[in-house]
Amino acid sequence: MNLDRFFDIPSDLQHSWAGLIGLHLREALLPVLAGLLLALPLAQLCVRFRWLYPPVLGVTTVLYAVPSLAFFVVLIDYTGQTELTVMIPLAVYSLVVLVPAIVDGVRSVPQETLAAATAMGIGPVRRYLQVQLPIAVPAIMAGLRVATVSSISLVSVGALIGNQGALGNLLAAAQKYDRPELALNSVLTTAALAIVCDALLVLLRVALTPWMPSGRRPKTAPRQRPVPQGVTR
Amino acid sequence: MESVTKRYADGTVAVDRLSLEIRDRSITVLVGPSGCGKTTTLRMINRMVEPSEGTILLDGEDIQRRPVTTLRRSMGYVIQNAGLFQHRTIVDNIATVPRMLGWSKQKARARAAELMERVGLDAALAKRYPYQLSGGQQQRVGVARALAADPPVLLMDEPFSAVDPVVRKGLQDELLRIQDELGKTIVFVTHDIDEAIKLGTMVAVMREGGRLAQYAPPAELLAGPADAFVEDFLGADRGIRRLSFFPSASLDLTTGPVLPLDATAEQIAAAGAPWLLVTDAEGRPLGWGEPRTLTAGAIRPGELLPYGRPFVPGTDSLRAALDSAVLSPAGHAVAVDDAGRVTGVVSQAAIGEAIRGAHAADRADEAKVAS
Repeated sequence: MNLDRFFDIPSDLQHSWAGLIGLHLREALLPVLAGLLLALPLAQLCVRFRWLYPPVLGVTTVLYAVPSLAFFVVLIDYTGQTELTVMIPLAVYSLVVLVPAIVDGVRSVPQETLAAATAMGIGPVRRYLQVQLPIAVPAIMAGLRVATVSSISLVSVGALIGNQGALGNLLAAAQKYDRPELALNSVLTTAALAIVCDALLVLLRVALTPWMPSGRRPKTAPRQRPVPQGVTR
Repeated sequence: MESVTKRYADGTVAVDRLSLEIRDRSITVLVGPSGCGKTTTLRMINRMVEPSEGTILLDGEDIQRRPVTTLRRSMGYVIQNAGLFQHRTIVDNIATVPRMLGWSKQKARARAAELMERVGLDAALAKRYPYQLSGGQQQRVGVARALAADPPVLLMDEPFSAVDPVVRKGLQDELLRIQDELGKTIVFVTHDIDEAIKLGTMVAVMREGGRLAQYAPPAELLAGPADAFVEDFLGADRGIRRLSFFPSASLDLTTGPVLPLDATAEQIAAAGAPWLLVTDAEGRPLGWGEPRTLTAGAIRPGELLPYGRPFVPGTDSLRAALDSAVLSPAGHAVAVDDAGRVTGVVSQAAIGEAIRGAHAADRADEAKVAS
């Protein structure tokens, strides 16, 4: 291993080290954002119609169990060897964490609080936006942390479809040029990104919820993330 | 409320043909065991539950004809555990309805500050969040929030049942004081008959199946329960509790056995009573003593037995007077004025006489009303 060439990224990756980090963050975070936008209405439907929750949960879990490689094979016919092909499965995977987190969060709002809101003449839409959602923030943020960290670790798999794996591409390059320091770089940088993003989300949560007793965990923890399956994860 | 029924889809009847006239500017208490439909009844008033049959009129107008949000904002609602918005500060919690009614932020906050003072909350709590308050304080915020837009009607659903007895008594006294100042029409739900009797101008006792068992002022309820259910629900000591409604002003006080600390042997002998109440220089009670154990001329407080709790004639009821007499070793109640100075003592026998007299006066009143 030649640590002097730790940051010497092969030119065929078309990015500097910092460039790879930017690309990695984009490929990891945009899917989580998309997943959140999708999960919010989905979770609200599950809260409103209770019977919908078990099937939705089942479907998201099954989708999570589909290996990303299988997704790529299907998607590549439509979206080609692009970032999008990597990001779509990641967005789908994030649902398995985000939907239950939001549902549990919204359901954790005490009955008395809801009754009080109704009795004050607060309509259902306003009640959702001004009461239920803000009180669900700690649970949602807990879900976002798991989804974000998982997404950051999963982006690397994009290396399989023609250099779309951002920092993951370093793994392929390490093999190709027999330069193990690139693999080390990939692993360490990905881990650091995950830790930094997680810490930022914790700070965001604290900033968003001055009303939470400090030092106490959110009441509703997100569901345990299922054990990953598939080749490269 | 005219013959109101709530029947659920599965056939359960929560409220059965309930008719009730709720008087303006008074506290009407709905009381009964769990599952008697009292909360359902309350929630039909602000249409959180829609009745299956019957109509509810507010100032002669069917509440169904008012837009539901307008109706609800004209009625304050206080709930068990307060139901505060945990993500908003105390001042913002209280200002919720005024803000929805379009008040400016400044005006709403000023109103909230005014209400915090009225319900006995320190202004320093305004910027706190609910988790930083005790249960009793949270409940006060709940009351302030309900009063924020000055609604004519206040609906209270077991608001004080989740706090400890001492705090509950404080909240009840506070509610009575606020009611004296504001004169709202309050409908109050509780399962606690003592709370009902303490707070209610009128008390509606409900029984399982959502039926009204009796609707009467508390004194009347204690004097004449309509049936065995109500009698049972009132509990074993309703006779004693009823005494709360008889004034003590008419009791004949005697100052014979009352002596100062420096009483002479002659004075002690002249009093001629088996027990003497000794007072300090200002006339405040110190305790009871038997003549033979007292040191004439310089009675020491150590020679005396505790006098229990004195009562204030005119302010306190016969219940307080009887309690005072029962607590005292001499069997005499100690009467004091507002400054705590002894105005006289009265025997258990005399209190018993007053109770019989009060009952007789009550019966005479009823006969007059009947004829």
